[in-house]
Amino acid sequence: MSRRTSRAGTLERFTQAERWVHRGTAVLLGACLATAAILYFGPLAVLVGRRALVVRVHVLAGLGLPVPALAGWLSAAFRADVRELNRFHPVDGEWLRSRDRRSGRLKVGKFNAGQKLNAAFTVGAIIVMLGTGVIMQYGQHWPLYLRTGATFVHDWLSAAVGVVVLGHLYFAYHDREARRGMRTGQVPASWAQREHRGWAEAVRREG
Amino acid sequence: MRTDGAPVGRRVVLGMVGLGAIGVVTGRWLSAGEQRALGYIGNRDPTGLTQLVPAGGGFRYYSVTGPVPKRTAADYQLTVSGMIDRPVTLSMAGLAQLPQTAITADFQCVTGWRVPDVHWAGVALPDLLEHVGVRPGASAVRFGSFDGQYTESLTLDQARRRDVLVATRMLGGPVSNDHGGPVRLYVAPMYGYKSIKWLDRIELTDQVTPGYWEQLGYDVDAWVGRSNGRDDEPTH
Repeated sequence: MSRRTSRAGTLERFTQAERWVHRGTAVLLGACLATAAILYFGPLAVLVGRRALVVRVHVLAGLGLPVPALAGWLSAAFRADVRELNRFHPVDGEWLRSRDRRSGRLKVGKFNAGQKLNAAFTVGAIIVMLGTGVIMQYGQHWPLYLRTGATFVHDWLSAAVGVVVLGHLYFAYHDREARRGMRTGQVPASWAQREHRGWAEAVRREG
Repeated sequence: MRTDGAPVGRRVVLGMVGLGAIGVVTGRWLSAGEQRALGYIGNRDPTGLTQLVPAGGGFRYYSVTGPVPKRTAADYQLTVSGMIDRPVTLSMAGLAQLPQTAITADFQCVTGWRVPDVHWAGVALPDLLEHVGVRPGASAVRFGSFDGQYTESLTLDQARRRDVLVATRMLGGPVSNDHGGPVRLYVAPMYGYKSIKWLDRIELTDQVTPGYWEQLGYDVDAWVGRSNGRDDEPTH
């Protein structure tokens, strides 16, 4: 029995390190979004108040946001995932266009095109939010128009991040096996065959 | 393991960073247009939907404490004390008996948002000071809030400007609890943090004490456009 087909009928999808990167990023991004909602949305601000404290939590969570992914770089499995998420193959274009993308017909790799785009958006958003956030928080000596611009970008991108995260949660909510993969690292082989056929077959070949 | 394939992920990331940089450089004009369009609507939007637009119009709610105790017009009291001839505690009715002043001016927050053409009414601070009689030697006015935390100060010269109001009305109605009611300060020529909400104490002193945000680094003399490294237009 190989490492990656550790239990009968299941495949190993994520190692401990990969899951911790996901968990850490989720907690920090969640803290950023929750505090952002309090800072920006009137009714929540009325409920919570404590502006200086909420700002502090928001800034600390934001500064910490890249840490899990950077720490994950120590893991070979995480680095392999990043490479895989970066590269688009013809099947990814087909997946985006097709209507039966969940039928198992396409040889989808470890990640489908939607997951790849979500990952890329998340990385881009973290970089832009971090940069604009630092200008807002520590840029007292920067020209004012750059601080105004940074605030503008930070505000609008935060709304986009909120929408994308809600979408991410929606897809996770509707896919128990995918959630199990992120929680335990193991996924049923049948699920892998349907959702990530290319990956499932490669695992078995290498197995 | 396949390593070929287009690096779409990297392109998305670089594209976002590029757009973000362009946004930072040009955002000043974009956000000014957005605020002009939404500021007017935001004040008059009963649905609160403009609140959902990022950097949308209207006032934003800032409080430095948790939930603020509510005071109604019936149980409200403003204590005026310190270096004055006639210490006094004023009810809403007491404030209403003093000369009334109205101003229409913008509200500019130091974080960048601005609400155009806000109608304010109440007692001009110089009229209140006249009523209680400022003693020689007093040179500053300290303000306290019934939120239990927030404080502010003005020099006596600043406090004698006619565009500084002890406001009992804004936007054509009573000052709501969220806006700092039933009574708040409105310091027209200065950034919003000077306009202390939930005002319940005024004290004449011999020196300016930096207020809540000023102890956290904001300028004590908070003139709009001439402090905090900002260059906003005057509010009126």
